[in-house]
Amino acid sequence: MDDFYRELIVERYKNPVYKGELDPHDFSYEDENPLCGDHIHIDVRVDEDNKVTEAAFSGHGCAISQASADLLLESIIGKSLEEVKHFSKEDVLDLLGIELGPVRLKCALLSLKVLKAGIYGVGELDEDLV
Amino acid sequence: MGFDKEKIIRDFPILNREIKPGKRLVYLDSTATSQKPEVVIEAMNDYYRLYNANIHRGVHTLAEEATAMYEQSRVKVQKFINARSHKEIVFTRNATEAINLVAFTWGRQNLDAGDVVVLTEMEHHSNLVPWQMLAAEKNLRLEFIPVTENGELDLLELPALLNLKPKLFCFTHMSNVLGTINPAKELISNAHKAGAVVLVDGAQSVPHFAVDVVDLDADFYVFSAHKMLGPTGIGVLYGKENLLNNMPPFLGGGDMIKKVQLRTFKPNDLPHKFEAGTPAIAEAIGLGAAVDYLAAIGMDHVLAHEKELTAYGLEKIAPLEHLKIFGKDITNKGGVIAFEMDIAHPHDVAQILDMQGVAVRAGHHCAMPLHEKFHIPATTRASFYIYNTKEDIDKLVEGLQIVIDMFG
Ligand SMILES: Cc1ncc(COP(=O)(O)O)c(C=O)c1O
Repeated sequence: MDDFYRELIVERYKNPVYKGELDPHDFSYEDENPLCGDHIHIDVRVDEDNKVTEAAFSGHGCAISQASADLLLESIIGKSLEEVKHFSKEDVLDLLGIELGPVRLKCALLSLKVLKAGIYGVGELDEDLV
Repeated sequence: MGFDKEKIIRDFPILNREIKPGKRLVYLDSTATSQKPEVVIEAMNDYYRLYNANIHRGVHTLAEEATAMYEQSRVKVQKFINARSHKEIVFTRNATEAINLVAFTWGRQNLDAGDVVVLTEMEHHSNLVPWQMLAAEKNLRLEFIPVTENGELDLLELPALLNLKPKLFCFTHMSNVLGTINPAKELISNAHKAGAVVLVDGAQSVPHFAVDVVDLDADFYVFSAHKMLGPTGIGVLYGKENLLNNMPPFLGGGDMIKKVQLRTFKPNDLPHKFEAGTPAIAEAIGLGAAVDYLAAIGMDHVLAHEKELTAYGLEKIAPLEHLKIFGKDITNKGGVIAFEMDIAHPHDVAQILDMQGVAVRAGHHCAMPLHEKFHIPATTRASFYIYNTKEDIDKLVEGLQIVIDMFG
């Protein structure tokens, strides 16, 4: 089998670590990928220094979108929001460890898009910002 | 020629392709677009190589040959759907453009505020959005025949909807998601009794079974060449001659006119009135070759083959764990099987199948309202055509088993 569905991705899809909701939270945001119906909602808590203390996602979608959300949240815990703002597409692809075509790239980047839109407090985030 | 399975497969060069190392192509996405036989590809090549010219205007040999071939294709299409006259066959870009043409011309001319248009819940976006646009412009009322849990039109609701005296009724002859073949003749006859004009979306019917527009008594009937072994870029609007004659033109320009003065023009005769500008000439010729090819096989053979594959597919796929088929028990079902897996998203299913060389579609298949009705964002869809075999379905099942092993 190709590396596409690496064990890590399937494992995180089946048993996500950061799936759930945080109430209360300091900010939350959600968005979807209308083409495939992937939907991601993210809640984040930060401390007084604006460092992420907790994060959780909910929603549904393909293994790529769900696993990347789980891995992304794992990687932002303890980071400042300023640092998270600098997370890039490459960082997400590094977390997943696979190469993606244009269609699946949208799945992989949905959680980053949601997270950044939440941080910037904007309604819609331009794809280029991700 | 009849139904010679081996010959048919040999006729499609793409089926020889090794799509992944050691995996031949198993193409199960013909509902989106069909593959093309060599004769269709060659017919278009011949036009470009041997007699490329613009049509209708020239007097040189090439122009005469090209015009003759283009117009012959129209007659082939006319015969294929048993229309009364070649004047009733308008070439468009695709089924979508044909529907928009009717909305823009007949619709604007004949529909007014408060008028009712009846559609169904299983329409493709192309038979939905043009009417939504017109409804917004004209303040029309759109009503819908519901789809049952089983995946069929709820015909018990039809009398109440027809009681609203709709001016127009539009429905798909066959659903591109569920495979439901709707009882078109009965629907049209009931709609006519209520005084409605009827447009049938034949994008999934003309490629797969015999369609006789006169027997159906359809007022408008639309389809696309690319789903019936022909090229992209050309589709057909069939319309009854008196309706087409009374409609205003659609796009303005060359070819659609009889006479032009600085401030006025006189539209051309049918069907040219609706074909402005240089059309898709090679594509029309390709469509003609596709029609010849299908006619030689015989549409009854095509349907019988697809019904056989569908029955086999349902038998093999239905028992798989974690999998639910939509419209499994539809009485009259064409060669489409759409399903959901509770362990994997359609994108993952399609991608894992692709690794096995099996091409299926994942998504809402341009029927978002239908998916919403069943409370699912997306499905995986396998669809069958003349070049598919039971071995193709076995490959699909093997691939699905891999999905189950991986995610189950
Ligand atoms: C039922 C149905 N109607 C209309 C269309 C639109 O066809 P086209 O995109 O060629 O205009 C399709 C194509 O998917 C279809 O399946």
